Amino acid sequence: MSLEFSADAQKKITALCERYQVSGSKKPVVLAALHLAQKEFGHLSDDALRLVARTLDLPYAHVYGVATFYTMFRREPGGTTTIRMCTNISCMLRGGYDVLDAFEKKLGLAKGMSNQKFSLVEEECIAACANAPCALVGTKYYLDITPAQVAGIVEELERDPRPESEVV
Amino acid sequence: MPTGRDTKIVTARFGNEDAKTLAGYERTGGYQTLRKALAMRPEDVTAEVKASNLRGRGGAGFATGVKWGFVPANSPKVHLVCNADESEPGTCKDRELMYWDPHLLIEGMVIAAHALRAQHNFIYIRGEMMREYAVLQKAVDEAYARGYLGKNILGTGAEIHLTVHRGAGAYICGEETALLNSLEGMRGQPRLKPPFPAVKGLFGNPTIVNNVETLMNVPAIIDKGGKWFADLGMGRSGGTRIVCVSGHVEKPGVFELPIGITFNELINEVCGGVWKGRKVKAVIPGGVSMPPLDEHELDVPIEFDALQTDERIKPVNYLPGKQFDLGGGKALRTMAGSGGVVVMDDQTDIPKALWRILKFFAHESCGQCTPCREGTGWMEKVSRRIADGNGKPGDLELLGTIAHGIAGNTICALGDAAAWPAMGFLTKYWSEFEAKIRRAA
Repeated sequence: MSLEFSADAQKKITALCERYQVSGSKKPVVLAALHLAQKEFGHLSDDALRLVARTLDLPYAHVYGVATFYTMFRREPGGTTTIRMCTNISCMLRGGYDVLDAFEKKLGLAKGMSNQKFSLVEEECIAACANAPCALVGTKYYLDITPAQVAGIVEELERDPRPESEVV
Repeated sequence: MPTGRDTKIVTARFGNEDAKTLAGYERTGGYQTLRKALAMRPEDVTAEVKASNLRGRGGAGFATGVKWGFVPANSPKVHLVCNADESEPGTCKDRELMYWDPHLLIEGMVIAAHALRAQHNFIYIRGEMMREYAVLQKAVDEAYARGYLGKNILGTGAEIHLTVHRGAGAYICGEETALLNSLEGMRGQPRLKPPFPAVKGLFGNPTIVNNVETLMNVPAIIDKGGKWFADLGMGRSGGTRIVCVSGHVEKPGVFELPIGITFNELINEVCGGVWKGRKVKAVIPGGVSMPPLDEHELDVPIEFDALQTDERIKPVNYLPGKQFDLGGGKALRTMAGSGGVVVMDDQTDIPKALWRILKFFAHESCGQCTPCREGTGWMEKVSRRIADGNGKPGDLELLGTIAHGIAGNTICALGDAAAWPAMGFLTKYWSEFEAKIRRAA
């Protein structure tokens, strides 16, 4: 199925191509275009990658290579809200894995898995180490989390989903 | 004169919501230094930064003014790129800096761009930092509207552009050449050096890549003078230093401190001591890439050169009795890195801590060089079985040998960054690792 960008996304891409004219190509816009495609289509299917390739005059193989290199891009459908729970060293030292366990239990999801509402990601450092353990959900940071707070966080996000595409 | 603990250059506006707006920033004296800088000759701005002994706050601690001087004279197109891809575990300063004081970064970048004669400039911000991206983009829009960016800045004829470029999740993009490839729309895989970016960088043009904190120090240097800044520091390191303290201390946090403060002072006086009344077992001095300090090595200052050469710090071995040449011919002790200080108390399971660090590098290796791609995976496996209590005799020697095989044999420093902590922890906690393996047997 052939996909098309919305008029708004197309406008943004055109503006960015102009912005990066100094580079002599549209290639620097590929990350932004992939972010936009993920926002519009939920995930980066083969058709979404073809659309980005066509829009920026790039080979499909190049776009595929880029889309599969960066961890924020997903090739499969995911939940509306992505919970990025850090377990790296600073978080681990203060109970990050216990918090991750609590998220897995409350969501009924193993790390790395999704349902319609949520994706649960075991994240590498999110640069909030002084408030470990911490999780990142869209533009919101949950800091100094204890396992006991996890149920409340999930319920809050069920009421008020926070898609990452908010800033795209 | 050593600086007092209350001297704040880049964190002065922390907690001040008003100063995040352009009008609020101006009310606290913001963009005044830009006027002064634009009236200076570019080479005089660079000379002031050279005199300030400002050193890169991203990890390597390279002298900023010297780096700026590497751009070939009369280059028709030059770029300044701010590395805002902060993702070194234990480091959480650039995110805070951009969130609280986005205009200080913009002002620092416009001044630096003037010094470099750079017209098209970029902030490469880590993809996960969605909140900070929104803050920065708003600030950049405000600065354009007010004439601090764009054509004919403040009526001086200067044309300087700034674009905020979002990444999409890859630690490797904090490496400057990987960052440039990513900015160019490619996979974030590092380039061979030379040529260095200052000669051939973004879009093939001379490019200076500087860290967020580094660039945010520039306005104060131009405002108060390079000498003033140099005098705040010690030795060849000017200014203050931000340290991010995490792990087992009573009061973790992001602190701007005199660069001569020691780790013991930092932990006990600034951070309220080790939590739960315990003692220190290990301290990572500057992000997980750096070999750790043990409890006897904490009277050393957090300063760049001290951490590299202070003989109170034991050298790193790759196997017992076999010293590793950290820093290629320099036999450095460790490094101040990114300012991420991780404190581990005396009950910390060191093999488990090392496994978590190595798991990170195995996840983040970009796959370009075989020693790193394969070696980080092997180190993760071997360290995991040791941490899980399934270690075998010979595993420590195996780990040290793999680390030694990676270090120095890859295009970029990620391989070293994975190997150094492995060797560092093995050097200082060998008996704890051994005991764990003995229990497994």
